[in-house]
Amino acid sequence: MAMDDVQVKDGVDAETVEAVKALSGTYKYGWNTEIEMEYAPKGLSEDIVRLISSKNDEPEWMLDWRLAAYRRWLELKEPDWAMVDYPTIDFQDQYYYARPKSMEEKPKSLDDVDPKLLETYKKLGIPLKEQALLAGVEAPEGERRVAVDAVFDSVSVGTTFQAELRKAGVIFCSISEAIREHPELVRQYLGSVVPVSDNYYATLNSAVFSDGSFVYIPPGVRCPMELSTYFRINAENTGQFERTLIIADKESYVSYLEGCTAPQRDVAQLHAAVVELVLLDDAEIKYSTVQNWFPGDENGKGGIYNFVTKRADCRGHRSKVMWTQVETGSAVTWKYPSCVLRGDDSQGEFYSIAIANNMQQADTGTKMVHLGKNTKSRIVSKGISAGRAQNTYRGLVSMHPKAKNSRNYTQCDSLLIGDKCGAHTVPYIEVKNNSSRVEHEATTSKVDDDQLFYCRSRGMDEEEAVALVVNGFCKEVLQALPMEFAMEAQALVAISLEGSVG
Amino acid sequence: MLNIKNLHVKLEEEDKQILKGVNLSLEPGKVHAIMGPNGSGKSTLSYVLSGKDGYEVTDGSAQQEGVDILDMEAEERAAAGLFLAFQYPVEIPGVGNMTFLRTAVNAQRKLRGEEEMSAGEFLKVVRAKAKDLKIDADMLKRPVNVGFSGGEKKRNEILQMAMLEPKMCILDETDSGLDVDAMKLVAQGVNALRDGKRTFLVITHYQRLLDHIKPDVVHIMANGRIIKTGGPELALEVENNGYADLLEEIA
Repeated sequence: MAMDDVQVKDGVDAETVEAVKALSGTYKYGWNTEIEMEYAPKGLSEDIVRLISSKNDEPEWMLDWRLAAYRRWLELKEPDWAMVDYPTIDFQDQYYYARPKSMEEKPKSLDDVDPKLLETYKKLGIPLKEQALLAGVEAPEGERRVAVDAVFDSVSVGTTFQAELRKAGVIFCSISEAIREHPELVRQYLGSVVPVSDNYYATLNSAVFSDGSFVYIPPGVRCPMELSTYFRINAENTGQFERTLIIADKESYVSYLEGCTAPQRDVAQLHAAVVELVLLDDAEIKYSTVQNWFPGDENGKGGIYNFVTKRADCRGHRSKVMWTQVETGSAVTWKYPSCVLRGDDSQGEFYSIAIANNMQQADTGTKMVHLGKNTKSRIVSKGISAGRAQNTYRGLVSMHPKAKNSRNYTQCDSLLIGDKCGAHTVPYIEVKNNSSRVEHEATTSKVDDDQLFYCRSRGMDEEEAVALVVNGFCKEVLQALPMEFAMEAQALVAISLEGSVG
Repeated sequence: MLNIKNLHVKLEEEDKQILKGVNLSLEPGKVHAIMGPNGSGKSTLSYVLSGKDGYEVTDGSAQQEGVDILDMEAEERAAAGLFLAFQYPVEIPGVGNMTFLRTAVNAQRKLRGEEEMSAGEFLKVVRAKAKDLKIDADMLKRPVNVGFSGGEKKRNEILQMAMLEPKMCILDETDSGLDVDAMKLVAQGVNALRDGKRTFLVITHYQRLLDHIKPDVVHIMANGRIIKTGGPELALEVENNGYADLLEEIA
C-alpha cells in the first residue's frame, strides 16, 4: 500500500478544533432578532386552525384535512412511555402561528425580503444569495452548491437556485407553496407515510403545521445539488410545526440537509415536526440533520422539546434511504427516524450521534420495518452522555413473515463522560420468518482518564483531548455526513461537551 | 536542563508517600539511566514530572530550564519540551495515528505561539520518520495503538517523540515486553534523536537496553530516593550482583 494513500483528515482536524476554540463554548446562536412579528392569538382552537389555513391561502381540501386532524387530536392523550421527564406542556399557552410582519405580502424576490431577516441568516452563516456555503462552514474543495430554503419561524423566507432546479425538473419549495402550485402531488402523498392518526404529535402537526419543505425529484433525475432547509425558532412561545414531504420518483437521487438553531430562552419551546419521504423504484434519498437547538441552561431551564416523527417509505424495489443525524441540542429529544422497507431489495440506513449534556434527555433511535424480500438495514447509533444527562437508544427491527432473506445489522454504542449521567438501550427485535438475519452489538464505555492524559501529555488541552476521543468514538457516523455538515458536526460535538470533564 | 530538588510525593487519595526526597540533575545533551527494584518509585517520578493526576507534591521542586514545571498543566509541560514515552501506551479507538500526531504537533506549536505545520509538510516529515522506525503506512492509518503489538506501541512512542522534537525525553521502561530485535529498533530510534542538545532520562530494569542506548550517568533508585549514582559500569554491577548489596550499603 503506497504511502500516498494516507489521508490526513481522519477524525478531528486541527483546524476544526481551532474553530471550536474560537467559538467560546457558549451556545453560539443564543441571540435573537428584533423584528416586528405578527402573531395569531395564543392557544389552539378550530379558529386558529382556520386562521393558519387562510394565512397560507390554502384550498378547501387542505383546511378540511387540518380540521379533521385537529378534531382527532382533541380525543387523544399525550403519550408518556418515553424515558424522558418534562414539565407538562400547556398547549393553550403557545402561539401556533408567527410571521415577520414584512412577510405579509410574500416577497417576489430575495431583494424584497426584510434586510433584518437576511441579516439573521447572514449571522447564522446561511447563504441566501446564491453562494456555496452552509452555516458558515467553508467548503474545503472548490464550490459545492447547496440550494437553501430558509424558514424563519413559521414562514419560508426564500429559496435559492429555484431556476436551475426547475430546469432539471426538480421541485424544491416551501410546502405552503406546493399546496398551492402542486396540489395533485401533495394530495397524493401527504399523510401517506405518517398518517394523521400515527401519534399524538403527528396529529397535532397535521392540524397546525405552518411550513416546511417540499421536494419532488422526477424520474431518472439526480438532483444537481444538495438541498437544504434551515429552521430557526425565534419568536417566544411559538411552537414550530414544520412539515416536510420529499418524493423521489423512479431512479432519482437527492441529498437533503436539515440544520436547526434557536435562541436562548427561559421558557421551553415545542418543536413537533413531521418528515415524510417517499421512494419509488430504484430511488435514493440521503437525509442529514445537524440539530443544534438550544439545550436549556445547565439547570435544565428553557430549551427546545424536540418531538419529531420522521419516516421513509421505500415503496419501490431497490430503493435506498439513509438517515444521518447529529443531535446535540434540545432539552428533550424524542424521535425515531424510520424506514419502511416495502419494496424488494430496498435498503435503509441510520447513522446517529446523540449527545446529551447537563440536564438534557434523549430518547431516540430508529425503526426498521422489513416487509419486502432481501431487504437490508443498518443501524449505527452513538450515544454520548455527560453532565447529568440521560440518553436512551430505542430501536425496533421488525422482519415481517414475507420479508424473506432480510438482514439487519445494529451497532449501538454508548459513551459516558463523568459519573452522573446515564445511558440506556431498549432494543426491540421481532423476527417472523426463519430466513432473516439480525445482528445486534452494543458497547458501553467511559472516556478514560488515561486516554485524556495521554493526549494532554502530547500537548492537547483538556477540551481538545475530549473532542479528539469523542470524535474518534463518533467517526463512523461523522464519515456518513455530507462534507459541509461533517465539519460543523465535529465542532458541535466539541461545543456540546464543554465542561463535561472534571 | 532538568533539576529535581528534594522531591517528596504522596498519593493524593491515600496517605502513602512514594517519593521521599529525590535529587536529580540532568545537563543538556546527556543521557541518564535510572534502574531500581520494583516499587522504588521510578514510574511515579515519570508521572509526576509529566503532570499526571493523582499525585500530591508535599515538598521539593522540579525545574526544566530554570522554569518550575510542577505548577504547569500537562499540555504546557509538553509544549515546553517535555515528553514521556509511556510504559503502557493507551489505545484511542477511532482516532487515526496520523490525525493524533498532527493534532499533537499543532497543539504544541499553538501553545508556543508558532505557526502550524502545513498538511503537505507534515506528511513529508512523518513519512520519513516512520520509515526509519519501520512503521508502515497501514500503521499510520490505524487508530492509535489499537491492536498494536508491544513492539509497535513502543515504536509508535518513538515516532511521536521524533515528530514532537522534545528537549527532555523520559523513557519509562521503553524496553519492557520487547524482543531483542524490537528493542534494537527502538534503541536505534532513540539514538537517532541524540543530537548533543536533547536530554534523556531512561528508566529501565535491564542492562541490555543500556548496551544500545549508552548512558552517560546511571542512577539507582530505591524506596523513593536515588541511592547511588555512577557511570555506565554501575549498571553492569547491578546486573551481575542485584540490588541487595546496594540496599545494604545505604541501610
